Amino acid sequence: MALSRPEIHAIVKERFGDGVVEDHPEARDPYIVVKPEILEDLAFFCRDEPRLRFDLLSSITGVDYPDRKMIEVIYCLDSTPSKHWLIAKVLLPRDDPRVASVEKVWRTADWHERETFDLLGVNFEGHHNLVRILCAEDWEGHPLRKDYVMPETYRGIKNVIY
Amino acid sequence: MTVAVKDIRTEEMLLNMGPQHPSTHGVFRVVIRTDGEMVLESESHIGYLHRCFEKVAENNNYLQVVPYTDRMDYLCAMANNLGYAETVEKLAKIQVPERAQYIRVIATELNRIASHLMAFGTYGLDLGAVTPFLYAFRDREMILKIFEKLCGQRLNYSYIRVGGVTFDITDEILADAQRFCDYFDPVIIDEYDRLLSYNGIFISRTANVGVLPVDLAISYGVTGPSLRGSGLKRDLRKDEPYSIYNRFEFDVPVGTGEMGQLGDCWDRYMVRIREMRQSVRIIRQALKDIPPGDFCEKKAFRGVKPPKGEVYHKIEGARGEVGFYLVSDGSVKPYRLKARGPSFCNISVLDALTSRGDCMVADMVAIIGSLDIVMGEVDR
Repeated sequence: MALSRPEIHAIVKERFGDGVVEDHPEARDPYIVVKPEILEDLAFFCRDEPRLRFDLLSSITGVDYPDRKMIEVIYCLDSTPSKHWLIAKVLLPRDDPRVASVEKVWRTADWHERETFDLLGVNFEGHHNLVRILCAEDWEGHPLRKDYVMPETYRGIKNVIY
Repeated sequence: MTVAVKDIRTEEMLLNMGPQHPSTHGVFRVVIRTDGEMVLESESHIGYLHRCFEKVAENNNYLQVVPYTDRMDYLCAMANNLGYAETVEKLAKIQVPERAQYIRVIATELNRIASHLMAFGTYGLDLGAVTPFLYAFRDREMILKIFEKLCGQRLNYSYIRVGGVTFDITDEILADAQRFCDYFDPVIIDEYDRLLSYNGIFISRTANVGVLPVDLAISYGVTGPSLRGSGLKRDLRKDEPYSIYNRFEFDVPVGTGEMGQLGDCWDRYMVRIREMRQSVRIIRQALKDIPPGDFCEKKAFRGVKPPKGEVYHKIEGARGEVGFYLVSDGSVKPYRLKARGPSFCNISVLDALTSRGDCMVADMVAIIGSLDIVMGEVDR
């Protein structure tokens, strides 16, 4: 049965208590912020809890906030049997963003985490093969960081910047 | 001198398929470890078309992003336009006029048919059947002509924008769309079934090949016809209706395993053929009900400035769930725009499908084709 977003948040809070740092049921798109330490447990809980059954990971993405010195990693979860969804975030320090990999929970996380690592430089600990996926292997920097500067040349080829 | 069988040495071989290969549908590389004709393992490499759409979006205003969304899934550009437009509208709380909603549905469903025709045609081509491709292009041309009249473009439309659509649909175009529906369903689709779907050679090339069990599909985030081919009835148009899809009657075709195992290549292929009939059904209803009125919210067309906040919105594209995660800081440009392309997730399951030891080299092509990917969207 499809649950409303506040109901889902309540179930997560009931299980993790202080692990849920913020709860925003009133936002345009409700979300919760959790501690990075509980992320892996949360992922297993969301997938296996019979009331939630979040079996489909829609996407993992990250947002860089240089002024707050934070990187947000956002998990959009979806449930194919119950047709409800959840957005969960973790806040990581910008200079050393590390969070546990959820690759073991949803196998699609493999590529999504590689993409987030590639474009934002988030380290997913426990990922079996955390290498660049979209950019070239020897590319430098993480393009979606707000302070990223496009290199002038790549392997001797001049980059044209419009 | 005679050579005993035991003296013949065989060894594994690494084979590089792509990046330039006619049946990878773009620049996509798979490294295959083979033992004779059998594929033991494969490893996909993507990123050859990467242009960092998400960074480009951060440097353009909300209207300027629309043409870039076209170029993700260029075969079903309307669905990308729609997904992006609805995401911004959701955040900015923009009401789209009734007529624009109907035009959007007609355009998106026509585009879905065009996209599935492409999938149908090229799939036959991949497996050695050249004729269906010509038939598919004959009919796809009719849809492209309609789009040409509608917005002057044949491929990258940028037609659906935040607040509505760029041009009104004329009576002539409505008549064209009606004529196309009458021409296409059921006569032409039945013809496709006779041409390819129930062709003996085609069935032996696709049935029981690349079987994708439903739990594996969900775990890999596979959506759209590829997931429905595994027998799961998940269609965002039905499950979480966006736009005005809750007003239309249509069925969601799923794989049945009638030619082999559930979730094989034939099932995924057949879901697309059956979906075309349903799309025609939706278009017919929309053509009947389309009200007069405005085709856009003029104010939104001049520029949008959504309030601070973030939303995730998803729609059902021709290949699956097209999702956009938008973060706005209240300025005229998106602070962050993440695009979730269905092809990106769908193609990630390829390695799992081909590394089970039951896949032959020729099946590789059949499996890639049945997942129906567009590399523009995988690499973004």
